[in-house]
Amino acid sequence: MTVSVSQLIDWMTRFDVLVEEHRTELTDLDSAIGDGDHGTNMARGWNAVVEKLNSEKPEYADDFGKLVGMTLISSVGGASGPLFGTFFLRLGSTAGHEQKVAVEHFAHALEAGLDGVIERGKAELADKTMVDALEPAVRAFRTGLAVGDLAYAARLASEAAQAGRDATRDELAHKGRASYLGERSLGHIDPGAASTALLFQALAEALA
Amino acid sequence: MKKLINAPSDVLAESLVGLAAAHPELRVDHVHRVVYRADPKPHGTVALLSGGGSGHEPLHAGYVGFGMLDAAVAGEIFTSPTPDQILEATTRIDRGAGVLHLVKNYTGDIMNFDMAVELAGAVAIESVVVADDVAVEDSTFTAGRRGTGLTVLIEKIVGAAAEQGRDLEELAVLARRLVASGRSMGVALSSSTVPESGKPTFDLPEDEMELGVGIHGEPGRERVPLASAKDTARMLVEPILADLDFGGVPVVVMLNGMGATPLIELYLVYGEVSALLKKAGVSVARSLVGNYITSLDMAGCSVTLLRADDEILGLWDAPVSTPALRWGI
Repeated sequence: MTVSVSQLIDWMTRFDVLVEEHRTELTDLDSAIGDGDHGTNMARGWNAVVEKLNSEKPEYADDFGKLVGMTLISSVGGASGPLFGTFFLRLGSTAGHEQKVAVEHFAHALEAGLDGVIERGKAELADKTMVDALEPAVRAFRTGLAVGDLAYAARLASEAAQAGRDATRDELAHKGRASYLGERSLGHIDPGAASTALLFQALAEALA
Repeated sequence: MKKLINAPSDVLAESLVGLAAAHPELRVDHVHRVVYRADPKPHGTVALLSGGGSGHEPLHAGYVGFGMLDAAVAGEIFTSPTPDQILEATTRIDRGAGVLHLVKNYTGDIMNFDMAVELAGAVAIESVVVADDVAVEDSTFTAGRRGTGLTVLIEKIVGAAAEQGRDLEELAVLARRLVASGRSMGVALSSSTVPESGKPTFDLPEDEMELGVGIHGEPGRERVPLASAKDTARMLVEPILADLDFGGVPVVVMLNGMGATPLIELYLVYGEVSALLKKAGVSVARSLVGNYITSLDMAGCSVTLLRADDEILGLWDAPVSTPALRWGI
Protein backbone atom coordinates (compact mmCIF):
# COMPACT_ATOMS: atom_id res chain seq x y z
CA MET A 1 0.00 0.00 0.00
CA THR A 2 1.29 3.44 -0.91
CA VAL A 3 0.19 7.07 -0.91
CA SER A 4 0.96 8.78 -4.22
CA VAL A 5 1.86 12.42 -4.68
CA SER A 6 -1.23 12.87 -6.83
CA GLN A 7 -3.29 11.66 -3.84
CA LEU A 8 -1.48 14.22 -1.67
CA ILE A 9 -2.32 16.95 -4.17
CA ASP A 10 -5.93 15.75 -4.25
CA TRP A 11 -5.89 15.99 -0.42
CA MET A 12 -4.98 19.68 -0.63
CA THR A 13 -7.56 20.40 -3.34
CA ARG A 14 -10.30 18.77 -1.27
CA PHE A 15 -9.18 20.61 1.84
CA ASP A 16 -9.27 23.92 -0.03
CA VAL A 17 -12.90 23.21 -0.96
CA LEU A 18 -13.78 22.29 2.64
CA VAL A 19 -12.11 25.44 3.99
CA GLU A 20 -14.10 27.59 1.55
CA GLU A 21 -17.32 25.81 2.57
CA HIS A 22 -16.58 26.28 6.27
CA ARG A 23 -14.92 29.67 6.00
CA THR A 24 -17.63 31.58 7.86
CA GLU A 25 -17.95 28.88 10.50
CA LEU A 26 -14.17 28.92 11.18
CA THR A 27 -14.20 32.69 11.43
CA ASP A 28 -17.19 32.62 13.78
CA LEU A 29 -15.41 30.12 16.04
CA ASP A 30 -12.40 32.42 16.04
CA SER A 31 -14.50 35.49 16.78
CA ALA A 32 -15.81 33.79 19.91
CA ILE A 33 -12.40 33.16 21.49
CA GLY A 34 -9.83 34.76 19.21
CA ASP A 35 -9.66 37.57 16.72
CA GLY A 36 -12.04 36.48 14.01
CA ASP A 37 -9.75 35.85 11.05
CA HIS A 38 -9.12 32.10 10.99
CA GLY A 39 -11.46 31.27 8.10
CA THR A 40 -10.14 34.15 6.00
CA ASN A 41 -6.51 33.26 6.67
CA MET A 42 -6.96 29.55 5.97
CA ALA A 43 -8.88 30.24 2.76
CA ARG A 44 -6.19 32.66 1.57
CA GLY A 45 -3.48 30.12 2.40
CA TRP A 46 -5.04 27.11 0.71
CA ASN A 47 -6.17 29.06 -2.33
CA ALA A 48 -2.49 29.95 -2.73
CA VAL A 49 -1.45 26.33 -2.13
CA VAL A 50 -3.79 24.94 -4.78
CA GLU A 51 -2.71 27.62 -7.25
CA LYS A 52 0.96 26.76 -6.65
CA LEU A 53 0.31 23.00 -6.88
CA ASN A 54 -1.49 23.50 -10.19
CA SER A 55 1.29 25.59 -11.66
CA GLU A 56 4.32 23.71 -10.33
CA LYS A 57 2.91 20.15 -10.23
CA PRO A 58 5.39 18.59 -7.77
CA GLU A 59 6.20 14.94 -8.53
CA TYR A 60 7.89 13.95 -5.30
CA ALA A 61 6.61 13.96 -1.73
CA ASP A 62 9.44 16.13 -0.42
CA ASP A 63 8.83 18.76 -3.11
CA PHE A 64 5.11 18.61 -2.33
CA GLY A 65 5.72 19.21 1.39
CA LYS A 66 8.14 22.04 0.77
CA LEU A 67 5.84 23.78 -1.67
CA VAL A 68 2.79 23.48 0.57
CA GLY A 69 4.71 24.41 3.74
CA MET A 70 6.51 27.43 2.32
CA THR A 71 3.34 28.70 0.62
CA LEU A 72 1.44 28.51 3.91
CA ILE A 73 4.24 30.18 5.86
CA SER A 74 4.39 33.05 3.39
CA SER A 75 0.67 33.55 2.80
CA VAL A 76 -1.28 32.72 5.96
CA GLY A 77 0.41 34.74 8.71
CA GLY A 78 -0.77 34.59 12.28
CA ALA A 79 -0.01 31.42 14.19
CA SER A 80 -1.69 29.15 11.65
CA GLY A 81 0.88 29.89 8.93
CA PRO A 82 3.94 28.72 10.86
CA LEU A 83 2.03 25.81 12.46
CA PHE A 84 0.40 24.30 9.35
CA GLY A 85 3.50 25.28 7.37
CA THR A 86 5.80 23.43 9.75
CA PHE A 87 3.45 20.41 9.63
CA PHE A 88 3.79 20.08 5.84
CA LEU A 89 7.51 20.90 5.74
CA ARG A 90 8.20 18.07 8.20
CA LEU A 91 5.72 15.74 6.56
CA GLY A 92 7.41 16.27 3.19
CA SER A 93 11.01 15.99 4.34
CA THR A 94 10.19 12.81 6.27
CA ALA A 95 8.24 11.26 3.40
CA GLY A 96 11.32 11.89 1.26
CA HIS A 97 12.09 11.97 -2.44
CA GLU A 98 9.38 9.47 -3.38
CA GLN A 99 6.60 9.46 -5.95
CA LYS A 100 4.77 6.82 -3.95
CA VAL A 101 5.18 6.77 -0.19
CA ALA A 102 4.74 3.44 1.58
CA VAL A 103 1.83 3.77 4.01
CA GLU A 104 3.95 2.86 7.03
CA HIS A 105 6.31 5.62 6.03
CA PHE A 106 3.42 8.03 5.45
CA ALA A 107 2.25 7.34 9.01
CA HIS A 108 5.76 8.22 10.11
CA ALA A 109 5.65 11.44 8.06
CA LEU A 110 2.37 12.44 9.74
CA GLU A 111 4.00 11.83 13.13
CA ALA A 112 6.98 14.00 12.16
CA GLY A 113 4.54 16.74 11.14
CA LEU A 114 2.82 16.48 14.52
CA ASP A 115 6.18 16.72 16.32
CA GLY A 116 6.99 19.84 14.30
CA VAL A 117 3.71 21.50 15.29
CA ILE A 118 4.29 20.70 18.96
CA GLU A 119 7.84 22.09 18.83
CA ARG A 120 6.77 25.27 17.05
CA GLY A 121 3.69 25.98 19.15
CA LYS A 122 4.85 24.43 22.42
CA ALA A 123 1.31 23.22 23.01
CA GLU A 124 0.38 19.97 24.70
CA LEU A 125 -2.69 17.83 24.43
CA ALA A 126 -5.73 19.49 26.09
CA ASP A 127 -4.33 23.04 25.79
CA LYS A 128 -7.31 23.71 23.47
CA THR A 129 -5.31 24.01 20.26
CA MET A 130 -5.02 22.25 16.90
CA VAL A 131 -2.87 19.63 18.64
CA ASP A 132 -6.05 18.27 20.27
CA ALA A 133 -7.32 17.21 16.85
CA LEU A 134 -3.96 16.54 15.21
CA GLU A 135 -2.42 14.22 17.78
CA PRO A 136 -5.36 11.77 18.06
CA ALA A 137 -5.72 11.78 14.26
CA VAL A 138 -2.07 10.92 13.68
CA ARG A 139 -2.18 8.19 16.35
CA ALA A 140 -5.44 6.79 14.95
CA PHE A 141 -3.94 6.62 11.46
CA ARG A 142 -1.16 4.36 12.81
CA THR A 143 -3.70 2.23 14.72
CA GLY A 144 -5.92 2.00 11.63
CA LEU A 145 -3.05 0.69 9.52
CA ALA A 146 -2.42 -2.09 12.02
CA VAL A 147 -5.92 -3.49 11.61
CA GLY A 148 -7.19 -2.28 8.23
CA ASP A 149 -6.34 -0.75 4.89
CA LEU A 150 -5.31 2.79 3.96
CA ALA A 151 -8.88 4.05 3.51
CA TYR A 152 -9.82 2.64 6.91
CA ALA A 153 -6.81 4.29 8.58
CA ALA A 154 -7.65 7.64 7.04
CA ARG A 155 -11.30 7.33 8.07
CA LEU A 156 -10.30 6.45 11.62
CA ALA A 157 -7.92 9.44 11.68
CA SER A 158 -10.72 11.71 10.50
CA GLU A 159 -13.08 10.43 13.21
CA ALA A 160 -10.39 10.89 15.87
CA ALA A 161 -9.74 14.44 14.69
CA GLN A 162 -13.45 15.24 14.92
CA ALA A 163 -13.67 13.79 18.43
CA GLY A 164 -10.58 15.81 19.40
CA ARG A 165 -12.11 18.92 17.91
CA ASP A 166 -15.35 18.40 19.86
CA ALA A 167 -13.44 17.80 23.09
CA THR A 168 -11.89 21.28 22.87
CA ARG A 169 -15.33 22.66 23.72
CA ASP A 170 -14.85 21.62 27.35
CA GLU A 171 -11.19 22.54 27.58
CA LEU A 172 -9.60 25.63 29.07
CA ALA A 173 -7.30 27.41 26.60
CA HIS A 174 -3.67 27.44 27.74
CA LYS A 175 -2.03 28.59 24.52
CA GLY A 176 -2.67 31.19 21.86
CA ARG A 177 -4.98 34.15 22.01
CA ALA A 178 -7.86 32.23 23.58
CA SER A 179 -5.75 31.68 26.70
CA TYR A 180 -6.31 35.34 27.60
CA LEU A 181 -9.95 34.52 28.24
CA GLY A 182 -9.40 32.11 31.09
CA GLU A 183 -12.66 30.39 31.92
CA ARG A 184 -14.49 32.33 29.25
CA SER A 185 -12.83 30.06 26.68
CA LEU A 186 -14.96 27.17 27.98
CA GLY A 187 -17.91 26.12 25.83
CA HIS A 188 -16.24 27.09 22.55
CA ILE A 189 -14.59 24.83 19.99
CA ASP A 190 -11.03 25.78 19.11
CA PRO A 191 -10.92 27.05 15.51
CA GLY A 192 -7.49 25.49 14.86
CA ALA A 193 -8.81 22.10 15.98
CA ALA A 194 -11.84 22.61 13.74
CA SER A 195 -9.72 23.28 10.66
CA THR A 196 -7.46 20.34 11.55
CA ALA A 197 -10.54 18.08 11.64
CA LEU A 198 -11.39 19.33 8.13
CA LEU A 199 -7.83 18.57 7.05
CA PHE A 200 -8.28 14.92 8.04
CA GLN A 201 -11.76 14.78 6.57
CA ALA A 202 -10.12 15.83 3.29
CA LEU A 203 -7.43 13.17 3.75
CA ALA A 204 -10.09 10.49 4.29
CA GLU A 205 -11.85 11.64 1.10
CA ALA A 206 -8.59 11.64 -0.88
CA LEU A 207 -7.57 8.17 0.31
CA ALA A 208 -11.05 6.61 0.15
CA MET B 1 -20.33 47.62 7.74
CA LYS B 2 -19.77 51.24 6.79
CA LYS B 3 -16.16 51.94 5.84
CA LEU B 4 -14.28 54.18 3.42
CA ILE B 5 -12.78 51.38 1.39
CA ASN B 6 -12.92 50.04 -2.16
CA ALA B 7 -12.83 46.30 -1.54
CA PRO B 8 -12.32 44.56 1.81
CA SER B 9 -9.41 42.47 0.53
CA ASP B 10 -7.53 45.53 -0.79
CA VAL B 11 -7.59 47.64 2.37
CA LEU B 12 -3.99 47.05 3.45
CA ALA B 13 -2.43 47.30 -0.01
CA GLU B 14 -4.30 50.49 -0.86
CA SER B 15 -3.61 52.05 2.52
CA LEU B 16 0.13 51.50 1.94
CA VAL B 17 -0.20 53.24 -1.43
CA GLY B 18 -1.66 56.24 0.38
CA LEU B 19 1.02 56.15 3.07
CA ALA B 20 3.73 56.23 0.41
CA ALA B 21 2.01 59.14 -1.34
CA ALA B 22 1.66 61.12 1.89
CA HIS B 23 5.20 60.49 3.13
CA PRO B 24 7.92 60.87 0.54
CA GLU B 25 10.45 60.60 3.38
CA LEU B 26 9.45 56.93 3.64
CA ARG B 27 9.65 54.11 1.10
CA VAL B 28 7.22 51.24 0.76
CA ASP B 29 8.04 47.78 -0.58
CA HIS B 30 4.54 46.88 -1.70
CA VAL B 31 5.43 43.24 -2.38
CA HIS B 32 6.71 42.53 1.13
CA ARG B 33 4.69 45.28 2.79
CA VAL B 34 7.70 46.85 4.39
CA VAL B 35 7.79 50.57 5.20
CA TYR B 36 11.34 51.92 5.59
CA ARG B 37 13.25 55.18 5.73
CA ALA B 38 14.21 56.80 2.43
CA ASP B 39 17.46 57.92 4.08
CA PRO B 40 18.94 54.95 5.88
CA LYS B 41 21.00 55.25 9.04
CA PRO B 42 24.79 55.54 8.80
CA HIS B 43 26.67 52.29 8.29
CA GLY B 44 27.64 50.65 11.58
CA THR B 45 24.52 51.66 13.51
CA VAL B 46 21.94 49.22 14.81
CA ALA B 47 18.62 49.17 12.98
CA LEU B 48 15.25 48.82 14.70
CA LEU B 49 12.46 46.74 13.22
CA SER B 50 8.95 46.23 14.44
CA GLY B 51 5.81 44.95 12.87
CA GLY B 52 2.66 43.02 13.39
CA GLY B 53 -0.86 42.79 12.18
CA SER B 54 -2.32 45.90 10.58
CA GLY B 55 -5.28 47.80 12.00
CA HIS B 56 -3.34 49.45 14.83
CA GLU B 57 -2.31 52.56 12.89
CA PRO B 58 -0.27 54.62 13.41
CA LEU B 59 1.56 51.58 14.89
CA HIS B 60 3.95 50.50 13.36
CA ALA B 61 4.54 52.24 10.01
CA GLY B 62 3.67 55.63 11.52
CA TYR B 63 6.74 55.31 13.73
CA VAL B 64 9.27 54.79 10.96
CA GLY B 65 11.70 57.66 10.69
CA PHE B 66 14.52 59.45 12.46
CA GLY B 67 14.62 58.69 16.18
CA MET B 68 12.35 55.64 16.03
CA LEU B 69 12.07 52.63 13.72
CA ASP B 70 14.13 51.91 10.61
CA ALA B 71 11.35 49.79 9.17
CA ALA B 72 7.95 48.35 9.94
CA VAL B 73 6.48 45.15 8.52
CA ALA B 74 2.73 45.12 7.97
CA GLY B 75 0.77 41.90 8.26
CA GLU B 76 -2.82 41.52 7.14
CA ILE B 77 -5.33 43.16 9.46
CA PHE B 78 -4.89 41.69 12.95
CA THR B 79 -2.65 38.99 11.50
CA SER B 80 1.07 38.69 12.05
CA PRO B 81 3.36 39.32 9.08
CA THR B 82 5.07 36.26 7.61
CA PRO B 83 8.72 35.20 8.01
CA ASP B 84 9.66 36.12 4.43
CA GLN B 85 8.35 39.67 4.94
CA ILE B 86 10.22 40.03 8.23
CA LEU B 87 13.39 38.60 6.68
CA GLU B 88 13.21 41.03 3.75
CA ALA B 89 12.82 43.99 6.13
CA THR B 90 15.65 42.76 8.36
CA THR B 91 18.19 42.35 5.56
CA ARG B 92 17.12 45.64 3.98
CA ILE B 93 17.77 47.77 7.06
CA ASP B 94 20.84 46.00 8.46
CA ARG B 95 23.72 48.48 8.42
CA GLY B 96 26.28 45.92 9.50
CA ALA B 97 25.68 46.36 13.23
CA GLY B 98 22.68 44.09 13.59
CA VAL B 99 18.93 44.50 13.86
CA LEU B 100 16.76 44.70 16.95
CA HIS B 101 13.33 43.12 16.57
CA LEU B 102 10.63 44.59 18.78
CA VAL B 103 7.85 42.02 18.92
CA LYS B 104 4.48 42.27 20.64
CA ASN B 105 3.64 39.17 22.64
CA TYR B 106 1.15 37.30 20.48
CA THR B 107 1.56 33.66 19.55
CA GLY B 108 1.55 34.37 15.82
CA ASP B 109 3.97 37.29 15.99
CA ILE B 110 6.41 35.31 18.12
CA MET B 111 6.35 32.30 15.77
CA ASN B 112 6.76 34.34 12.58
CA PHE B 113 9.55 36.54 13.97
CA ASP B 114 11.27 33.39 15.33
CA MET B 115 11.12 31.72 11.93
CA ALA B 116 12.54 34.87 10.29
CA VAL B 117 15.47 34.82 12.72
CA GLU B 118 16.08 31.14 11.87
CA LEU B 119 16.15 32.07 8.17
CA ALA B 120 18.24 35.24 8.56
CA GLY B 121 21.61 33.51 8.85
CA ALA B 122 24.37 36.10 8.82
CA VAL B 123 22.52 39.14 10.21
CA ALA B 124 22.93 39.64 13.98
CA ILE B 125 19.46 39.87 15.51
CA GLU B 126 18.22 40.44 19.02
CA SER B 127 14.51 40.03 19.71
CA VAL B 128 12.72 41.76 22.55
CA VAL B 129 9.15 40.79 23.34
CA VAL B 130 6.81 43.46 24.72
CA ALA B 131 4.25 42.10 27.21
CA ASP B 132 2.65 44.87 29.22
CA ASP B 133 -1.08 44.20 29.46
CA VAL B 134 -2.11 43.71 33.09
CA ALA B 135 -5.54 42.41 32.05
CA VAL B 136 -3.91 39.09 31.29
CA GLU B 137 -2.34 37.02 34.01
CA ASP B 138 1.25 36.20 33.29
CA SER B 139 1.25 32.50 34.06
CA THR B 140 2.13 29.18 32.50
CA PHE B 141 -1.59 28.74 31.86
CA THR B 142 -1.73 31.55 29.31
CA ALA B 143 0.34 32.70 26.36
CA GLY B 144 1.54 35.48 28.69
CA ARG B 145 0.69 39.13 28.75
CA ARG B 146 -0.18 40.81 25.50
CA GLY B 147 2.00 43.50 23.98
CA THR B 148 0.03 46.75 23.82
CA GLY B 149 0.61 50.47 24.47
CA LEU B 150 4.08 50.13 25.96
CA THR B 151 5.29 49.18 22.48
CA VAL B 152 4.92 52.82 21.36
CA LEU B 153 7.01 54.14 24.25
CA ILE B 154 9.70 51.51 23.73
CA GLU B 155 9.95 52.22 20.00
CA LYS B 156 10.48 55.91 20.82
CA ILE B 157 13.01 55.46 23.63
CA VAL B 158 15.05 52.63 22.09
CA GLY B 159 14.87 54.40 18.73
CA ALA B 160 16.53 57.45 20.27
CA ALA B 161 19.19 55.26 21.87
CA ALA B 162 19.89 53.59 18.52
CA GLU B 163 20.47 56.99 16.89
CA GLN B 164 23.19 57.61 19.50
CA GLY B 165 25.08 54.65 18.09
CA ARG B 166 24.65 52.21 20.96
CA ASP B 167 25.37 48.58 20.11
CA LEU B 168 22.87 45.77 19.67
CA GLU B 169 23.46 44.24 23.10
CA GLU B 170 23.05 47.58 24.91
CA LEU B 171 19.84 48.32 23.03
CA ALA B 172 18.40 44.89 23.81
CA VAL B 173 19.21 45.36 27.49
CA LEU B 174 17.56 48.79 27.48
CA ALA B 175 14.47 47.46 25.69
CA ARG B 176 14.12 44.57 28.17
CA ARG B 177 14.48 46.98 31.08
CA LEU B 178 11.66 49.07 29.60
CA VAL B 179 9.48 45.97 29.15
CA ALA B 180 9.93 45.23 32.84
CA SER B 181 9.13 48.84 33.79
CA GLY B 182 5.84 49.45 31.98
CA ARG B 183 2.24 48.28 32.24
CA SER B 184 -1.01 48.91 30.33
CA MET B 185 -4.73 48.33 30.66
CA GLY B 186 -7.50 48.96 28.14
CA VAL B 187 -11.26 49.17 27.86
CA ALA B 188 -13.60 48.92 24.87
CA LEU B 189 -16.96 50.63 24.51
CA SER B 190 -17.62 49.03 21.15
CA SER B 191 -16.17 46.28 18.99
CA SER B 192 -14.01 46.86 15.96
CA THR B 193 -15.09 45.49 12.57
CA VAL B 194 -12.49 43.71 10.45
CA PRO B 195 -13.22 44.66 6.80
CA GLU B 196 -12.94 41.09 5.50
CA SER B 197 -15.31 39.78 8.15
CA GLY B 198 -17.75 42.67 7.69
CA LYS B 199 -19.32 42.46 11.11
CA PRO B 200 -18.28 43.41 14.65
CA THR B 201 -15.78 40.98 16.19
CA PHE B 202 -17.89 40.80 19.35
CA ASP B 203 -21.29 42.00 20.50
CA LEU B 204 -21.21 44.63 23.17
CA PRO B 205 -24.58 45.92 24.36
CA GLU B 206 -25.10 49.70 24.66
CA ASP B 207 -24.92 49.62 28.44
CA GLU B 208 -21.81 47.47 28.86
CA MET B 209 -18.08 47.75 28.29
CA GLU B 210 -15.28 45.20 27.89
CA LEU B 211 -12.64 45.75 30.55
CA GLY B 212 -9.14 44.52 29.75
CA VAL B 213 -9.80 44.34 26.02
CA GLY B 214 -6.93 43.50 23.69
CA ILE B 215 -5.91 45.51 20.66
CA HIS B 216 -7.42 42.99 18.24
CA GLY B 217 -10.94 43.23 19.56
CA GLU B 218 -10.33 39.97 21.37
CA PRO B 219 -12.62 39.95 24.36
CA GLY B 220 -11.18 41.02 27.69
CA ARG B 221 -11.60 39.21 30.94
CA GLU B 222 -14.59 40.99 32.36
CA ARG B 223 -17.68 42.63 31.02
CA VAL B 224 -18.90 45.44 33.23
CA PRO B 225 -21.75 47.96 33.14
CA LEU B 226 -20.88 51.14 31.26
CA ALA B 227 -19.37 53.52 33.80
CA SER B 228 -18.52 57.22 34.01
CA ALA B 229 -15.13 58.44 32.81
CA LYS B 230 -14.09 58.86 36.44
CA ASP B 231 -14.94 55.26 37.37
CA THR B 232 -13.53 53.89 34.12
CA ALA B 233 -10.24 55.71 34.70
CA ARG B 234 -10.10 54.10 38.13
CA MET B 235 -10.73 50.63 36.63
CA LEU B 236 -7.80 51.19 34.28
CA VAL B 237 -5.31 52.80 36.67
CA GLU B 238 -5.86 50.67 39.78
CA PRO B 239 -4.84 47.31 38.28
CA ILE B 240 -1.69 48.93 36.84
CA LEU B 241 -0.67 50.42 40.17
CA ALA B 242 -1.46 47.13 41.91
CA ASP B 243 0.82 45.28 39.51
CA LEU B 244 3.94 47.46 39.65
CA ASP B 245 5.23 50.14 42.00
CA PHE B 246 5.28 53.50 40.21
CA GLY B 247 6.28 55.52 43.28
CA GLY B 248 9.49 57.47 43.73
CA VAL B 249 10.41 57.72 40.05
CA PRO B 250 9.40 59.98 37.18
CA VAL B 251 6.65 58.30 35.15
CA VAL B 252 5.73 58.52 31.47
CA VAL B 253 1.97 58.20 30.89
CA MET B 254 0.15 57.49 27.66
CA LEU B 255 -3.62 57.77 27.35
CA ASN B 256 -4.33 56.06 24.05
CA GLY B 257 -7.48 56.03 21.97
CA MET B 258 -8.59 52.75 20.37
CA GLY B 259 -9.63 54.42 17.12
CA ALA B 260 -13.22 55.61 17.45
CA THR B 261 -13.11 57.66 20.63
CA PRO B 262 -12.80 61.41 20.02
CA LEU B 263 -9.91 63.39 21.44
CA ILE B 264 -12.26 65.46 23.60
CA GLU B 265 -13.15 62.28 25.50
CA LEU B 266 -9.53 61.13 25.63
CA TYR B 267 -8.48 64.41 27.26
CA LEU B 268 -11.42 64.15 29.64
CA VAL B 269 -10.30 60.66 30.68
CA TYR B 270 -6.70 61.84 30.91
CA GLY B 271 -7.82 64.48 33.40
CA GLU B 272 -9.27 61.71 35.55
CA VAL B 273 -6.17 59.55 35.15
CA SER B 274 -3.92 62.46 36.06
CA ALA B 275 -5.94 63.18 39.19
CA LEU B 276 -5.88 59.52 40.23
CA LEU B 277 -2.12 59.31 39.75
CA LYS B 278 -1.59 62.49 41.77
CA LYS B 279 -3.69 61.04 44.58
CA ALA B 280 -1.66 57.82 44.45
CA GLY B 281 1.58 59.76 44.74
CA VAL B 282 2.74 58.98 41.20
CA SER B 283 4.75 61.80 39.70
CA VAL B 284 4.03 62.20 35.99
CA ALA B 285 7.06 63.51 34.12
CA ARG B 286 5.81 63.20 30.52
CA SER B 287 2.40 62.53 29.01
CA LEU B 288 1.04 61.59 25.63
CA VAL B 289 -2.68 61.71 24.73
CA GLY B 290 -4.07 60.56 21.39
CA ASN B 291 -4.53 57.63 19.02
CA TYR B 292 -1.18 55.84 19.01
CA ILE B 293 -2.04 52.14 18.98
CA THR B 294 -5.55 51.57 17.76
CA SER B 295 -7.87 48.70 17.07
CA LEU B 296 -9.52 49.79 13.80
CA ASP B 297 -12.82 51.45 14.69
CA MET B 298 -13.06 50.28 18.27
CA ALA B 299 -14.24 52.84 20.77
CA GLY B 300 -12.37 52.93 24.05
CA CYS B 301 -8.97 53.72 25.42
CA SER B 302 -5.96 52.34 27.20
CA VAL B 303 -3.59 53.66 29.83
CA THR B 304 0.14 52.92 29.81
CA LEU B 305 2.54 53.81 32.60
CA LEU B 306 6.31 53.56 32.39
CA ARG B 307 8.80 53.91 35.24
CA ALA B 308 11.48 56.25 33.94
CA ASP B 309 14.71 57.86 35.10
CA ASP B 310 16.83 60.76 33.79
CA GLU B 311 18.35 58.62 31.05
CA ILE B 312 14.96 57.41 29.82
CA LEU B 313 13.47 60.91 29.95
CA GLY B 314 16.45 62.20 27.98
CA LEU B 315 15.81 59.58 25.31
CA TRP B 316 12.09 60.37 25.37
CA ASP B 317 12.81 64.07 24.77
CA ALA B 318 15.34 63.39 22.01
CA PRO B 319 14.37 64.54 18.51
CA VAL B 320 12.00 62.33 16.56
CA SER B 321 10.59 62.71 13.08
CA THR B 322 8.00 60.15 12.04
CA PRO B 323 4.48 60.46 10.59
CA ALA B 324 2.88 59.99 14.01
CA LEU B 325 5.43 61.33 16.51
CA ARG B 326 7.46 64.42 15.77
CA TRP B 327 9.22 66.77 18.13
CA GLY B 328 12.56 68.46 18.75
CA ILE B 329 13.29 68.80 15.04
